[in-house]
Amino acid sequence: MAADTDAALSSSFRLMDAAASTQASRTDAIFLAMVLLCGAVAAVVFALIVIFVIRYRRGRHVDRTPPRELRGIEIAWTVAPLLVFLAIFAWAARDFITLADPPPDALPVSVVAKQWMWKLQHRNGRREINELHLPQGEPVVVTLASEDVIHSFFIPAFRIKQDVVPGRYTRLWFTATQLGVFPLFCSEYCGSEHSQMTGRVVVMAPADYGRWLASGPAQPDMAQYGFALFRQLGCSGCHDARSTIHAPLLDGVYGRAVHLQGGRSVVADANYLRDSILVPAKDVVAGFEPVMPSYAGQVSEEDLQALIAYLQSTGKRNAP
Amino acid sequence: MTSYLDDGLTIRSWLTTTDHKRIAILYAIAITAFFFVGGAAATIIRLELATPQGDLVSHDAYNKLFTAHGVIMVWLFLIPSIPSVLGNFLLPLMIGAKDLAFPRLNLASWYLYVAGGLLTLEALFLGGVDTGWTFYTPYSTMFSNTYVVLTLVGIFVTGFSSILTGLNFIATIHTLRDKAMGWFKLPLFAWAMYATSLILVLATPVLAITVLLAVAERLFQIGVFDPAYGGDPLLFQHLFWFYSHPAVYVMILPAMGVVSEIIPCFARRPVFGYRSMAYAIMAIASVGFLVWGHHMFVSGQSLTASLVFSLLSFIVAIPSAIKVFNWTATLYKGAIRLDAPMLYALGFVGLFTIGGLTGLFLASLALDVHLTDTYFVVAHFHYIMVGGAVMAYFAGLHFWWPKVTGRLYPEVWSRIAAVVVFIGFNLTFFPQFLLGVEGMPRRYHAYPPQFQVLNLFSSAGAGVLALGYLMPLVYLAWSLRGGPRAGDNPWHAKGLEWQTRSPPPTHNFDAPPVVPEIVYDYRADERDPEGAR
Repeated sequence: MAADTDAALSSSFRLMDAAASTQASRTDAIFLAMVLLCGAVAAVVFALIVIFVIRYRRGRHVDRTPPRELRGIEIAWTVAPLLVFLAIFAWAARDFITLADPPPDALPVSVVAKQWMWKLQHRNGRREINELHLPQGEPVVVTLASEDVIHSFFIPAFRIKQDVVPGRYTRLWFTATQLGVFPLFCSEYCGSEHSQMTGRVVVMAPADYGRWLASGPAQPDMAQYGFALFRQLGCSGCHDARSTIHAPLLDGVYGRAVHLQGGRSVVADANYLRDSILVPAKDVVAGFEPVMPSYAGQVSEEDLQALIAYLQSTGKRNAP
Repeated sequence: MTSYLDDGLTIRSWLTTTDHKRIAILYAIAITAFFFVGGAAATIIRLELATPQGDLVSHDAYNKLFTAHGVIMVWLFLIPSIPSVLGNFLLPLMIGAKDLAFPRLNLASWYLYVAGGLLTLEALFLGGVDTGWTFYTPYSTMFSNTYVVLTLVGIFVTGFSSILTGLNFIATIHTLRDKAMGWFKLPLFAWAMYATSLILVLATPVLAITVLLAVAERLFQIGVFDPAYGGDPLLFQHLFWFYSHPAVYVMILPAMGVVSEIIPCFARRPVFGYRSMAYAIMAIASVGFLVWGHHMFVSGQSLTASLVFSLLSFIVAIPSAIKVFNWTATLYKGAIRLDAPMLYALGFVGLFTIGGLTGLFLASLALDVHLTDTYFVVAHFHYIMVGGAVMAYFAGLHFWWPKVTGRLYPEVWSRIAAVVVFIGFNLTFFPQFLLGVEGMPRRYHAYPPQFQVLNLFSSAGAGVLALGYLMPLVYLAWSLRGGPRAGDNPWHAKGLEWQTRSPPPTHNFDAPPVVPEIVYDYRADERDPEGAR
């Protein structure tokens, strides 16, 4: 019901020519409501100022009997905005909560930002620079990592933006609704060539996208590559059932609750796995000794993402 | 009869003065110089952005220009502007005092301000700094190859000037009010100075700590903000905005105070809802400390934090809305004249209203995701800081100029300038709202060609605005010698500062001022000689 109203509102107005994601039309509906509401308030205030200045200009004969103290009107113009503000807050917060919660089956894309380019990788291993090919109509979740400073991943046509912060993963998701090519900007100042850190998002029909995805050079997919790294870096030497060293088994760890020393427990998401590789002493699993060395400086952001993709795939394989 | 201006004519007598009025003049000269340096940077920025290609200056030069513009305008012009110039001059006069509570500390504040300003300028002349005025880490601490430390030290030193001025104002308002002047007889300008001072004293130390940590990380690679050394970049943003959001209220509360003095005088009506105006000032100052996270909705801070900061940002807008409604209601049944101070003050109300309402767009979470870090934000905060704070500073400058200098400026020219500034401002910044809505990111040296038309409007507007700012410089300077004598109270205003001579004597009052029964005792009828005309 509410979504229908949003769509109806936004169909009559566009921020720009393209409103190309499911979120875009919802954001545009809030924008239109704000323009109408704030425009009306500003118009009334400006009209009153102009009317009063003309009507009560000095020297003009007009009734100037001072008004009584109007407690009622003061309360009214305090309470009325408060109620309206609470309504706008709730409306925009509802959409924001949706933006924070990607659907579990969303198509994953991994992004690494660096001064001054975007490096993108699809799950089948296909890589792109400053370009992102996507299928229309399918939810996509983008995991963002930075090699250096803070960047921000901004697709105006989708009305979405997320800072890319070094030292952690951030993510955003969207469903593209229109075929076409849309600009991608870095919107957090990142040094000399910040304004050159741009790219384009190409939204394709699902069949075209499938063909495009398969057409790249043959290479291992991210999980396979991650598994190779898992052995090559020596992870499997300890995190293996046959290992003599007492280390947690990692099959299916992704998304599970992990009990930590000190009684805390966390969900093993991408950020937890990332920290466990780079800062292993931070969150030690209950019942284990903090013997793991840090791999900081030894794995690139791309390799980290591949390792995590591998750990994620073990969960899928073992899922009932 | 001698005035404070005749009391010592040597440069030495000015540089060693402890008279709050002379120190105000020292501040006025310094901030005017910085205003035109910052304005020059803005001029080059707008020239560069007239075309989509980065063809006038290099990437690095552009980045240094917008950083210099921001640093100078925020710390060396806006924050000291109304408090240190008009506040210094007027606060003791308005409450019937001979000076501030700590006159020597007041002079020390000015020297700290100048020292910090010169350090910052030195960094600029040595080669500049390219981090943006926000100094986000780890770019500022680990990646930038420019004069970051020197600039941060300059800001650190300037901060102490803010803290000392704040302490001085608080002590003055508590202890030096005329015996007959209770808290609810204080002019709203004094209330605004009080609230501003509280913010300066409570928030500036956090800036000092943040700046020192950034300097330490840059010099010694200690891991506070850089994740490569175990730090957290979002910690810097939290600390920075804990100061820098309240700093916006350091700019806008004094502006509200100025306008609350001027509108009643030129409408010959007591300010509508005096007590709710005073409470609103204090509400803005306190809730303003709890909204900093609205700068960080897409930064990676937690969902819960964003929800709370969004809600509080809507709530802090309520007292601002009340003030706009009250200024408008003050005009009702008044006897209104549109002299230059009033034109600037009404311009303030209009532009502040737009700035405030567009702030609601940015407080709306899902909408902010699209608009943040675009030109919408640039337009929004320029409506608050330039449309708001600078318009009010010019309003106050024109209103109290006769008191400060004893001279009148040419009325026609001043009205023309007010209108030129208003038109130039809107032409410069309104197109930037549209640019932001269309998705143009801020701090872009070169931009896609579809944004050029709106950028051209903006650059043309900047030319008009620059003209509007140069006109007062000329006619106000001329008035110092050529302007007719103003008399003690050319506007028939009711504040205590108008009960003394223009310019006032060194000790402010020849005879003790009389505190009126009610504050803003203006009337739009025969009982007020000006109101009946």
